[in-house]
Amino acid sequence: MSAAFNFMPVILWTDALIFALLAAVLVLVWLIRRQEHLRAPWRGVAQRPMAMGAALVLSVFVVIGLLDSLHYRAKLPDSPADAPQYSVEVLSVFDALVEGLRTRQEKTYSAPLAMQLYAKEFVQREGVTVRDYPRLQHGGAHLAHADERLPDIAGRALAGAAQGALAGLLVFAGLAVWQARRSQVSVGTWLAAWRGGRLGWPARTVVLMVTAMLMLGGALMQLAAGYHVFGTDKVGQDVLYISLKSIRTGLVIGTLTTLVTLPLAIGFGIAAGYFRGWVDDVIQYIYTVLNSIPGVLLIAAMILIVQVYIESNAALFDTAAARADIRLLALCLIMGVTSWTGLARLLRGESLKLRTLDYVEAARAFGVSHARIISRHIFPNVFHLVLIAMVLDFSGLVLAEAVLSYVGVGVDPSMYSWGNMINGARLELAREPVVWWQLVAAFAFMFTLVLAANLFADGVRDAFDPRLGGRL
Amino acid sequence: MTLLEVRDLVTDIGSARVVDGVSFRVAAGETYALLGESGCGKSMTALSLMRLLPDGGRVSSGAVELGGADVLGLPEREMRHVRGGQMAMIFQEPMLALNPVIRVGEQIGEALALHQNLAGQPARDAARALLDAVGVPDAARRLDTYPFELSGGLRQRVMIAMALAGQPRLLIADEPTTALDVTIQAQVLDVLRRLKDERQMGMLLITHDLGVVAENADRVGVMYAGELVEEGARDIFFAAPQHPYSRMLFEALPRPGDSGRLTTIPGQVPPLDGAMRGCRFAPRCPSAVARCRDEAPGWQTINGQQVRCHLAGTLPASNARAFAAHAHPTHAAQVLLQVDGLKVHFPIRRGFLQRTVGHVRAVDDVSLDIRAGRTLALVGESGCGKTTVGKALLRLIEPTAGSIVLGGETITAKNAPAMRRQAQMVFQDPFSSLNPRMRVADILLEGMDALGVGAASQRREAVMQLLNRVGLPDDAGGRYPHAFSGGQRQRIAIARALAVSPRLVICDEPTSALDVSVQAQILNLLKDLQDSLGLAYLFITHNLSVVDYLAHDVAVMYLGRIVEYGAAADVLRAPRHPYTLALVSAVPRIEAQSGPGIIRLAGDQPSPLNPPDGCHFNPRCPYASEICRQTYPDRTDLGNGHWVRCHWVAAQA
Repeated sequence: MSAAFNFMPVILWTDALIFALLAAVLVLVWLIRRQEHLRAPWRGVAQRPMAMGAALVLSVFVVIGLLDSLHYRAKLPDSPADAPQYSVEVLSVFDALVEGLRTRQEKTYSAPLAMQLYAKEFVQREGVTVRDYPRLQHGGAHLAHADERLPDIAGRALAGAAQGALAGLLVFAGLAVWQARRSQVSVGTWLAAWRGGRLGWPARTVVLMVTAMLMLGGALMQLAAGYHVFGTDKVGQDVLYISLKSIRTGLVIGTLTTLVTLPLAIGFGIAAGYFRGWVDDVIQYIYTVLNSIPGVLLIAAMILIVQVYIESNAALFDTAAARADIRLLALCLIMGVTSWTGLARLLRGESLKLRTLDYVEAARAFGVSHARIISRHIFPNVFHLVLIAMVLDFSGLVLAEAVLSYVGVGVDPSMYSWGNMINGARLELAREPVVWWQLVAAFAFMFTLVLAANLFADGVRDAFDPRLGGRL
Repeated sequence: MTLLEVRDLVTDIGSARVVDGVSFRVAAGETYALLGESGCGKSMTALSLMRLLPDGGRVSSGAVELGGADVLGLPEREMRHVRGGQMAMIFQEPMLALNPVIRVGEQIGEALALHQNLAGQPARDAARALLDAVGVPDAARRLDTYPFELSGGLRQRVMIAMALAGQPRLLIADEPTTALDVTIQAQVLDVLRRLKDERQMGMLLITHDLGVVAENADRVGVMYAGELVEEGARDIFFAAPQHPYSRMLFEALPRPGDSGRLTTIPGQVPPLDGAMRGCRFAPRCPSAVARCRDEAPGWQTINGQQVRCHLAGTLPASNARAFAAHAHPTHAAQVLLQVDGLKVHFPIRRGFLQRTVGHVRAVDDVSLDIRAGRTLALVGESGCGKTTVGKALLRLIEPTAGSIVLGGETITAKNAPAMRRQAQMVFQDPFSSLNPRMRVADILLEGMDALGVGAASQRREAVMQLLNRVGLPDDAGGRYPHAFSGGQRQRIAIARALAVSPRLVICDEPTSALDVSVQAQILNLLKDLQDSLGLAYLFITHNLSVVDYLAHDVAVMYLGRIVEYGAAADVLRAPRHPYTLALVSAVPRIEAQSGPGIIRLAGDQPSPLNPPDGCHFNPRCPYASEICRQTYPDRTDLGNGHWVRCHWVAAQA
């Protein structure tokens, strides 16, 4: 049936898990919407300008990550129609959208927005062989002379920003008309309310943030059409493309690992603190033992096992992407298994404290079952810890991936990831002159993602904390 | 001679004006008491004097003069010498005010080094002299102990010794005895009184307890919502309080021999960050007139008392308390709960194999019974095992031995669910007893769901009825506990216990965390519920005036055992056991003391880990004889169900 199309969809393991996670989140959202008292704190989150701004940034990352998780293999152009053959290269919808970035490869390093390579070569110029910086094949290829570069860059950036601003204005106009019609007031009234910040949600922040992001995106798109915005790497690949592709890896590591961590940490941590006695002893022994083994050792062992498994079952993994993917999944699993102990210890301590509180005693006086006490009294009162730990872990895991890739037990070297970029930067920083843009690009993207996640989590925590009474 | 003069002190914290135009004087050798409910600005006044306000707080205007010197104008450098050197402060919670990892002697030495330039052996001698002065026995040895090795009363004395190290002229005591037991409170107050007289110090005593004021203060200032509303000499104030707020504070106190309803002050102290209009007490005042709501009253002087009330002097002398005769089923009621030989021993485990090396006998052979519709008060100091008795009855703590018969049925581990429908508990701290993440309706439904009370469809209806019954608004069910004040939270906790229609409610100090006026509301509610539902209460408390108001029978506990038992009137009016005598006489009273002289107990309650031989009370007992040190006394019946365990009483009988 896929013969009708000129591609074959590929579902990698992590794709399946990511979309399962997405479905779970959507179901949760639907459930929360139906329950007034569950919806209220989230409405509180939506009223916090900082949280909403961070959520917008996060959503851009998530959308890119999701688009990058829809994989397919293109049909080879010369394959027969009745027995189609597909490329061994697994692409994603995101690749198709930024086709240009992926295909416009240079020979080797070039600086951001450059029109020449970063290293001198012997080039033929007007019949004479000279040693000079050769022109790039794509970056700045439309320019006739080096003097035109700066005005062209400025012009493109301004044009892109203007286009972004225009798009932002259109979005805003659409929002204004829609909202005004929904609340049955004139557009003028709605605009006045918007300006005065009287809408009950941080509309000003959202509109400004969207416009700013559209302007940045517009400028990037305009520049990327003619230049390599973040330069190119050793093999001439566009660094912007690598950074964007790394988003998915970062998100997968951050979310799937947390998914492995949470049930272990919550289950063991609360059980140890609540039941005490031998349950506590057993769980404590488990995590003390686990903690006393160096995590890197476990991870290296796991990666080796997976490597051997892949090699002995080569038939199961028909593409390089599938092999890299299973290694990523294994990494998530083993990182999850090694990193639950900290949160579990925290939850154990908190549960020890909570179980002696009067409301737990009152529930016991009613004969409420242990499962119910844990789910209604203990868990909701440690949830903020889980939430904070989740976000801190998310950032920590994204960073841990970089360290592990450096040691060589991280993601597959063929996979795009910030860790691999930083690992590569190790050698580039030792060069003279220094190649700094890969490190800066990886840093900028990681920083934005982690900062947005932290700010969003702050907003969530404040909104969920009943002691703050939902105050802004 | 005026030592401290405060004029028109105004303190703001953020947008809240916590102290508003307070003026008073304290003379050397005089005790001035600031009285009021929590949130009225008493502590903030003290912190303003010391210039130790929390972040965001500042003294906006006014003057504070200590011995003629302006305190507010001093630079911080010199202020440090005033603090401790000129005026010193002791705080409510001695455990929090002492550094747990530094020896007591060093902590006192620190203050001595700062204010008297003493170091080495002279400092140590001075510290020992200070501990002697505050009545710490065996002072030389105590210098080398850590604060956690000392009992609450000793810690508070160490605090006082530290405050005295700088030889201050003014001592500010912020609720110095609120965290202590009555017998210890009496000891600490004695120390403070004696020191004040010896050293001719001025003392600013901050408290909410009228009894403490009556026994210690020379002059009294009543604070309400950041303002002083009444001021005068103690005797005149106690004879005829003029401000309606002061009067209602008096009437809200349960008094002996009074079974009528307590006067309650409706509403709460207004938030201090809003604009105030008219008299601040007007919204809660029963005699407020239109003028009170518009015009803030100025000071008036009546019989040498100053009062801020438009109606001062025109109000009737004292509202007679309404005596609504409660119809108590005095007899013929069935025995609802019968406890026989209840023991709760906690094993002490030591060593690698966690072998049991001994037992803490928290509850040791307690027997009691409660009839339907009646109240038994279990009285004792903290650590005597009274809360453990309550929890063991509900099998929240598994008893070691003893039988519990509830409604004719012996309770074992197997039929505990049946028991849980009949007996429920109300806890001490209304802030930790409600899950902050659950709505009130869910809190009330929890018990009904767990025990399957009533049809599921009717439970929401039942929640509404419960809320009405305890006097909460209908929409309370949808809100979270943090939206309610302490008194309202305690109502929710009571409603939760009532949700499964129990016949016995165990109340574990339900009013000790509440203000006097709110305590009156809760006591009234408990009494009403007993009348309408025929509930039996096991009322666990250390507050004897509450016992007097609510209880039919009283059991006095000491170190895990009941030492005296009988009808409330007998035990409280004619106590026989020396411990009960001491407890009753240690309670600070508003009225002049009558009857037997005040008995001051020495020392503290021993540890239940290693109780003294013979009668547990013998080391503190003024009447102890040789036999008391050898055998534990048997019951001596005094008729009318009144019995004691005491060799001394037995010898008299």
